[in-house]
Amino acid sequence: MSFPWAKRYEPTHPFMVWVDEKLPLPRLVHGAIGAGYPVPRNLNYFWNFGVLAGFCLLLQIVTGVVLAMHYAANTEVAFGSTEHIMRDVNWGWLLRYAHANGASAFFAVLYIHIFRGFFYGSYKAPREMVWLLGVLIFLLTMATAFMGYVLPWGQMSFWGAQVITGLFSAVPLIGDWLHTYLLGGFAPDNAALNRFFALHFLLPFVIAGVVILHIWALHIPGSSNPTGVEVKGESDTVPFHPYYTAKDGMGLGVFLVLYCGMVFFAPNALGHPDNYIPANPMQTPAHIVPEWYFWPFYAILRAFTADIFFIPAKLMGVLAMFSSILVWFFLPWLDRSPVRSGHYRPMFKWAFRALVVDLIVLGYCGGSPAAEPYVMISQIAAAYYFLHFLVILPVISGLEKTAPLPFSITQSVLGGAVSGDEPAHAVPAE
Amino acid sequence: MVRIVAPFVGLFFALSALWAFVVGAESYITEPPAATAESVFHLKPQEVSFASDGPFGRFDRQQLQRGFQVYSQVCSNCHALKYVAFRDLKDLGYNDDEVKAIAAKHDVPVYNPATGEVKTRKGMPADHFPPVVYAGQGNPPDLSLITKARHEGPAYVYSLLTGFGDQPAEVLQRFPEAKVPDGLYWNPYFANLNIAMPPPLVSDGQVEYGPGNPKPTVKQMATDVAAFLVWTAEPKLEKRHQTGGAVVLFLMFATVLAFMAYRNVWSGVKH
Repeated sequence: MSFPWAKRYEPTHPFMVWVDEKLPLPRLVHGAIGAGYPVPRNLNYFWNFGVLAGFCLLLQIVTGVVLAMHYAANTEVAFGSTEHIMRDVNWGWLLRYAHANGASAFFAVLYIHIFRGFFYGSYKAPREMVWLLGVLIFLLTMATAFMGYVLPWGQMSFWGAQVITGLFSAVPLIGDWLHTYLLGGFAPDNAALNRFFALHFLLPFVIAGVVILHIWALHIPGSSNPTGVEVKGESDTVPFHPYYTAKDGMGLGVFLVLYCGMVFFAPNALGHPDNYIPANPMQTPAHIVPEWYFWPFYAILRAFTADIFFIPAKLMGVLAMFSSILVWFFLPWLDRSPVRSGHYRPMFKWAFRALVVDLIVLGYCGGSPAAEPYVMISQIAAAYYFLHFLVILPVISGLEKTAPLPFSITQSVLGGAVSGDEPAHAVPAE
Repeated sequence: MVRIVAPFVGLFFALSALWAFVVGAESYITEPPAATAESVFHLKPQEVSFASDGPFGRFDRQQLQRGFQVYSQVCSNCHALKYVAFRDLKDLGYNDDEVKAIAAKHDVPVYNPATGEVKTRKGMPADHFPPVVYAGQGNPPDLSLITKARHEGPAYVYSLLTGFGDQPAEVLQRFPEAKVPDGLYWNPYFANLNIAMPPPLVSDGQVEYGPGNPKPTVKQMATDVAAFLVWTAEPKLEKRHQTGGAVVLFLMFATVLAFMAYRNVWSGVKH
């Protein structure tokens, strides 16, 4: 890529010259995450979370591969092999707690990363492909996390799998056949557990591949920034290394302190106690709840309790749950405001805040029992969720009078009034 | 195209959710959910504190040994401990000979794959606690993980053990059908208020503690066995706390260095 002032890779050591001739891998790294990638100088701390998400993926792969060496994917012994890891494998308790809390950390980081994108309009042209690949990564991560949670074969593993795989039976006409075909049985059992284990091992590498595409697509236009104004000249950027490697290094430190605090001092705080009870198909837990990171979507699934014309309530819930994420794919074309950053969009700012509150309310309802008043609250919140993305965003992008944008990143950083000949309304993305 | 279709899709989902809300609200008003005996009389676990609580918590080995004594003399009649091996008991401060002696008191099943016969032999330190065959009513759960398998596990175990009593008359006044069924026992800390387990700790001094230990009151025995079950569920707790302290301290130090490096690199660059 990218800007003409990007530093070129010029190896000086003869060995590096030799390597660069045969395989320009150092050149690739230099251009991707080294001094050869110019990045806007005004990124705030929310831009740390992409690197952190990549770190979480790596952490999950490393701990997960070692856990797989000790785990046995068989319904007779899966629970016991997990306890074997906790008790008899050297540092096995650390691996498992690091992996289980790593999933939570991964989702926490991903949510902040995604909401960064929502607020700063990172999905807008010319970065639509970065956004689409990002949503794909999120979907793959959800699938991976769900299947991973089933592996210890505790009560919540089994009943969670029962509920979520049961969604396939809502497909019209072929639902029951599809459900049985995918599970390899009428209910989650050994066949399903083996499938989940195989896919749980495979998908992280698929995610890693899509992450590479995500970063590749990002490097075509370059990173966005908090003003949403495109880079206009060399003074707007700094080289990724050492500037953002240093900043990300510090961000990683803060992240690790919080994460290790969880792993070592509250490793089960985010888990459900029922998953320390071995799976028992004859005994349904009082409340079946997924892990916290699925709560908002679980609340949407359960909010649709009434049949709509010929669509049964169950199918309606499944459609709504999948649509609630699929709608993100259309975001670049739903929000037509030429201004990217929420800072300059007075109406959008409020819609965004409402969305954050809405998601928290949905999450709270999703983690609560399927009883009133939680269901009624989640119905209102689910309605707002769809209105936000599909009605409010398209409408306010036409209505809104946006605040004047700074002329350039440099100007916004160094201060100074907006020059008079700049239009108060934003210029469309170049 | 997207912008033409989107509002209709959005309104479809939003109106469907609101329709479900109306249907739900109507039945909520016409038939409000009735209170049940469980929703009124179920109690949250009592507050109990253990030496292993908190980020710097350590086990009180004397207490763990007392708890193990309570488990062996009372609980083990019905409840197994299958994820715990006898060798693990060295963590409680027993030496090799004591562990061997404890193991030898248990008969461990041995399955002969050639004949299909199951025989028993004396336990060895490498064996796990053997399964308990329970002939009575109910299904006593394995206790290895019980303090992690219940909300506020250790406090729950303590509360359950000390929470037996006569059913308050108020329960039957409000819920005449909520009489404790035959063969079950009233216990407000149990999810459905009636538990199949008879009160296991009934009198002070039921288990005899050696000299230098507190008096074996019911509360003391319940606390001790709860502490022991914290250990069976999380035997690596101390190592986790110790390692965690060092790891977090190191990371904080590294983060301060990283912060200084960041300030250094960015000095002179406004951003």
